[in-house]
Amino acid sequence: MTAIRRTLAALSQYPSAVAGLAIIAAMVFFSIYTVIAIPYSEAVNLWRGGEGVWLENPRTAMPIWVNLFPGVNQPETIILGPAGETDVDSVRKTREIVSEEITDVITTFTFDFTADEFPQEISLFLTSEHEQKRPLVSLTWLTPDGREIRIADVTVEGPVTVRFSQEDKLERRLDGVRPEIGLFADPASNEDDPRPLKGTYQLVAAGLVFEDDADVDARLVVYGQVYGLAGTDHLRRDLTLALMWGMPVALAFGLMAAVGTSISTLIMAAIGVWFGGIVDATIQRITEVNLILPVLPILIMIGIFYSRSIWVMLGALIVLSVFSSGIKTSRAIFLQIKEDPYFEAARAYGAGNFRIIFLYLIPRIIPTLVPGFVVAIPSFVFVEATLAVLNLGDPLLPTWGKVLSDARVNDALYQGHYYWVLEPAALLLISGIGFAMVGFALDRVFNPRLREL
Amino acid sequence: MTDAALPLQPGAESGERQQTQSTLARVVHYTGLRMVALFFTVLIGVYLTILIANMGGHVDDIRRNYIREQVAISLGFDPDIKNMTAEERREHAEKLVALQEKRMGLDQPFLLRSFRFLLGAMTLNLGWADNMSSDSGSRQVRNIILERLPATILLFSTTFFLSFFVQLFVSLYLSRNYGSLIDRVIVALAPTSAAPSWFYGLFFILLFAALLGWFPFGGLVSAPPPDTTTGYALSVLNHMVLPVTATFLSSIFLGIYGSRTFFLIFSNADYVDMARAKGLPDRVIERRYILRPTMPTIVTGLALSIIGLWFGSIVLETIFNWPGLGRLFYLAANIFETAVIVGSTVIYAYLLGITVFFLDIVYALIDPRVKVGGNPGGQV
Repeated sequence: MTAIRRTLAALSQYPSAVAGLAIIAAMVFFSIYTVIAIPYSEAVNLWRGGEGVWLENPRTAMPIWVNLFPGVNQPETIILGPAGETDVDSVRKTREIVSEEITDVITTFTFDFTADEFPQEISLFLTSEHEQKRPLVSLTWLTPDGREIRIADVTVEGPVTVRFSQEDKLERRLDGVRPEIGLFADPASNEDDPRPLKGTYQLVAAGLVFEDDADVDARLVVYGQVYGLAGTDHLRRDLTLALMWGMPVALAFGLMAAVGTSISTLIMAAIGVWFGGIVDATIQRITEVNLILPVLPILIMIGIFYSRSIWVMLGALIVLSVFSSGIKTSRAIFLQIKEDPYFEAARAYGAGNFRIIFLYLIPRIIPTLVPGFVVAIPSFVFVEATLAVLNLGDPLLPTWGKVLSDARVNDALYQGHYYWVLEPAALLLISGIGFAMVGFALDRVFNPRLREL
Repeated sequence: MTDAALPLQPGAESGERQQTQSTLARVVHYTGLRMVALFFTVLIGVYLTILIANMGGHVDDIRRNYIREQVAISLGFDPDIKNMTAEERREHAEKLVALQEKRMGLDQPFLLRSFRFLLGAMTLNLGWADNMSSDSGSRQVRNIILERLPATILLFSTTFFLSFFVQLFVSLYLSRNYGSLIDRVIVALAPTSAAPSWFYGLFFILLFAALLGWFPFGGLVSAPPPDTTTGYALSVLNHMVLPVTATFLSSIFLGIYGSRTFFLIFSNADYVDMARAKGLPDRVIERRYILRPTMPTIVTGLALSIIGLWFGSIVLETIFNWPGLGRLFYLAANIFETAVIVGSTVIYAYLLGITVFFLDIVYALIDPRVKVGGNPGGQV
């Protein structure tokens, strides 16, 4: 305990180490929060649930904070209805008996539109309750300057989705302008560069039902160009989920890989040095072979032929680095301390080989390996990202690497969806630098020779 | 070289000349041994690769497909085949395939088969690819792989030499100007090397291709390729800027930090103080008293970083659409082209082996201990 406290005290003298520790602490905190807030199974379900789960999210929408930049005023998604769920002013539903057989069910959606850009698309989700005669709904659009535009007439049979952008007749009525632009465009603005008209819009869904108990409910979604804290991807998924879950996965993978590889390497080096002779020679030769083994290609092969699970990859990575070049460094130190008299003392009281290796030899050099261990964590986090970018990411879990990979496959940079690449990249970079800063400071604390420099 | 060093030259040179012969013999002997050792190392590496690849019988599938393809082709030239019914034809083909499989030893136990396959893999004789072909139209795995090799080597060697010399000179400069602003900045930047090269590549594409449009998004040459050789070379250079810079930046700061610290430790040694006291100029001190003893360690560090570079290239080439081995590997991985995957892995093992071998030669040339070992009376 005192050793840890002393190390922390020494670390606090390096501002970079303090910053690094703060980053790591924040990461650990957010990871715990994420795992509690969104349990594993829920995260997997949401991420792999397909487009149905995210129906009301816009596609490849930027994060909401882009509106904080000066001169940027992108529309947010507006979701209204069905009546009774949202406030009365924005969705008003009236029922009026016209004749014995016909009843008018009129739903009026009212919303303010103040953005400088057009929305992405507009959809109306209609559901009906009827027995035989299907309700008929006619949709009318009212602009702030009093124009009335007929959208479409729809017969409602089960759940029906009216996607305004796919209504060809509407597009023809708007002189070939895409509906999500034509419906919002300011008639006074230039036709080649239309500007949206700000103000209060209304959509009237006038339904005719032909049975007494029949009813029509409607839900309007005006998809914005921005969504949530992190934006969405090509499948309308909220990137916040992937970015949040990426953190515990990255931490767990990096930490376990670093622990696994450094401990196994350490044990190998200790065994080689302690037994010496043919054991040592064999371990040395295997290390040389291992140096030439193409580790990443082998990992990729394992991913293709056997399993893409992140834990299988972790296991393979650890097995492949048991004989990594770290053995040489640890070996040099072991060779020095092996001659210390207390090993002779241990042998004199009858300690077995493995007792000496695990209780006396290995604990002696663990402190010197701590810096390298901390620096290694981010490199393993990046290994996971690398595998994901090669389409070999875990098939279930959302990770930062998967987000980057999706962005790359969908040409995010080419199409200008910069947030999609920048967000996971920034998180990877921050976590990498956090560990690296602590590691470098630890290096100076544990290797006094560096401190003088 | 400064004038002050000149008086020392003649004596030193005659001493060295006498040593050259034995040094050469020593180096040849040493490299010969290393070559044999490395060959066996590569052999073991490839064998392990085969074992891993064939755990699910995948390599056998490559062989079977190859046999089927051969049989189908030979049947196409067989005049008797026209007189057979479809059923007979298939039976005939099956019989030929079974015969071939027996001949190729696919009915033998795995241990024997694995050695046969090892021979094939070492000579890149991996048969034909199912769904891939080289740009020249060949479907032989060997041709597909070898065609991609030059692009990778071009990218890789450029980056390597650039980072090696920059690292050496900058770290020497920093160790001379220890504590200066540049020194502190570079030390502070060292942690950025935690990110691999492709990661920087993404940022570069974003900044220089997407936003500024200074460099192309990726590829080897612009399309259509320029007619003149000069134009072609310039276009390739233009496409190389971003990937080379990305790789360079991803490794350089940590490299500089490492060797600068190393130089600093060695420049505090007593014999360096002694040399300074003698009044030797800085350059001579650096060359003789600091670089010489540190070079072997620097070269070893370099060997490890190069191995990292090779693997990084798989993703880097994918990100930049660079038509090299890495991208080939990625494409093959995506369409399960087993023969090409195994072949590329083998090529990577070879490349690593060759890299380590060349570094060994350099090591032997510069490490005083290797020289001393063969010539006990020699001076260091």
